[in-house]
Amino acid sequence: MLKIEHLCKSFGGLAATNDVSLHFAPGSLSAVIGPNGAGKTTFFNLISGAFRPDSGRILFDGEDIAGISRSGIVRRGIGRAFQVANIFPSLTVEEALMGALHAHREQSAVVRWRFPIPGTQARAREVMDMLGLAAKAKTLSCNLSHGDQKLLDIALALVLQPRLLLLDEPTAGMGPEERWQMIDKVYRLWESEKMTLVFIEHDMDIVFKIAQSIRVLCYGEVLAEGTPDEIRANPAVIEAYLGANLDEQT
Amino acid sequence: MKRRGFAFELGIAAAALVVLAILPVLFPSKALVDFAIRVAAFGIFASSLNILVGYTGLVSFGHGMFFASGAYAFGLLMQKAGTSIPTAFLLTLLFSAALAAVVGAICVRLKEIYFAFLTLAFQMLLHSLIISWQQLTGGDQGLMGGIPRPPFLGINLADQSHLYLFACATLIVSLLIMRHLMQSPFGYTLRMIRDNAERAQFIGIRVWRMRLGAFILAGTFASIGGIIMSLLVSGAYPEFAYWTISGEAIFMLMLGGTSAFLGPTVGTMMLLLLNDVITKFTEYYGLTLGVVILLFALVFRKGVTDFALEAWRRRFGENQT
Repeated sequence: MLKIEHLCKSFGGLAATNDVSLHFAPGSLSAVIGPNGAGKTTFFNLISGAFRPDSGRILFDGEDIAGISRSGIVRRGIGRAFQVANIFPSLTVEEALMGALHAHREQSAVVRWRFPIPGTQARAREVMDMLGLAAKAKTLSCNLSHGDQKLLDIALALVLQPRLLLLDEPTAGMGPEERWQMIDKVYRLWESEKMTLVFIEHDMDIVFKIAQSIRVLCYGEVLAEGTPDEIRANPAVIEAYLGANLDEQT
Repeated sequence: MKRRGFAFELGIAAAALVVLAILPVLFPSKALVDFAIRVAAFGIFASSLNILVGYTGLVSFGHGMFFASGAYAFGLLMQKAGTSIPTAFLLTLLFSAALAAVVGAICVRLKEIYFAFLTLAFQMLLHSLIISWQQLTGGDQGLMGGIPRPPFLGINLADQSHLYLFACATLIVSLLIMRHLMQSPFGYTLRMIRDNAERAQFIGIRVWRMRLGAFILAGTFASIGGIIMSLLVSGAYPEFAYWTISGEAIFMLMLGGTSAFLGPTVGTMMLLLLNDVITKFTEYYGLTLGVVILLFALVFRKGVTDFALEAWRRRFGENQT
């Protein structure tokens, strides 16, 4: 599904991603963790086309997508949600989702019809139902709560039926209860849509509870990868990131 | 969200045209007719700028170049090529669209102030070209000798009343087409780009292409305003390409507002009225207008239709423009 080979990206003299090689199996649910500045978001930015890598390959279903435009990567089936909800404030939830569908179906330039094009409403409704946004369909995106804005951000990626979904800290900025509600939705989403899901998360309770496999980045390099149990027991990860008292926390 | 269809808007447009048609019969006044034709010319021009400013989030300081290209291309075609008015009209639109494609392909790669000043640079380049290419354009004197206006399909644009009806019909048809385009998937794509161009790329929108499309569309419609103005004054002048014409269009948006579709047209009426009224009482037109603009920019921070729209939303709770 997704294979990263010797990926490097530097900003000035700082190596944000340094010789990273990873593999994500089809249909897997994986977490990417690491301390602040470890290069997690840069890693997502490279996969989603926000940054062009200095070297290395990003193989998605066998095709090297390194350096392809953002829209080109979306069309190949990679969706992304952001750490800070990245939405369209002046559109309603429903309009934003239908607009995203138009873009994905290369109908952005259609002028002979009025918005929306028939057929987009059903898929938008389906995604809103899935994420619990149906009641807010007619609400302007800027008027949504923080949690709903995060959900809309995910919905914007999800509505395009990606085969690989990248979620950058889906629970960032949420209270404890809201966090678990969000992660429950993400988990059910992964189960129902049967996609490959990779998420960045700082809450280790969440990571160890739902991730099938974990990749640990530190200073732009892969520090460790494995199952939650393997990561939990990894001395290098404990020293660099988790700390000795993880068991007490989880 | 309650959305009315194209047929409803067509009905409104037809009713507006009927009202405009009988207006000079009820209030026979040469000044009114002249005012309405100017509103038509600048209303189309300002509305076209709003495709960029209000819908796409691109503030152009050089939109006047297309107003001038419309006036000059149409005037030259009528003077030198002796074509019929409909042919010259269509060829002018094609010329302006091509010009907008070339200029836009360069400008829309940039954003914010860089975009604004690059468009201004192109406009001043066109202005310099008009001034220096005296043989073709008449230089700083403009296109001299009047623009021939041969009758077509029973319409004689040399007759002020015919020109009035033609200008009103062109305004309404142009607004109707622009309105439809902004309500199409393309229009909503532009809104998405305006709101968040980066996110738009991450859902597969080709931002550069869409911005270029909006730029070409806006330039083409702006040239229609130039055509009407050239018909009214029977000429084309370098002032049409000067930066102040773009500044006036921005003032029209500031006065009328950008969030309601008819905001720019309302702003056009306001600015032209202010112009006509202020110049009657004082020679300090610029100073007085400057105070009014400052009032809108610093105190109100919105145009009049923006206020009206907000009141409407509060009253009826609608999300849409």
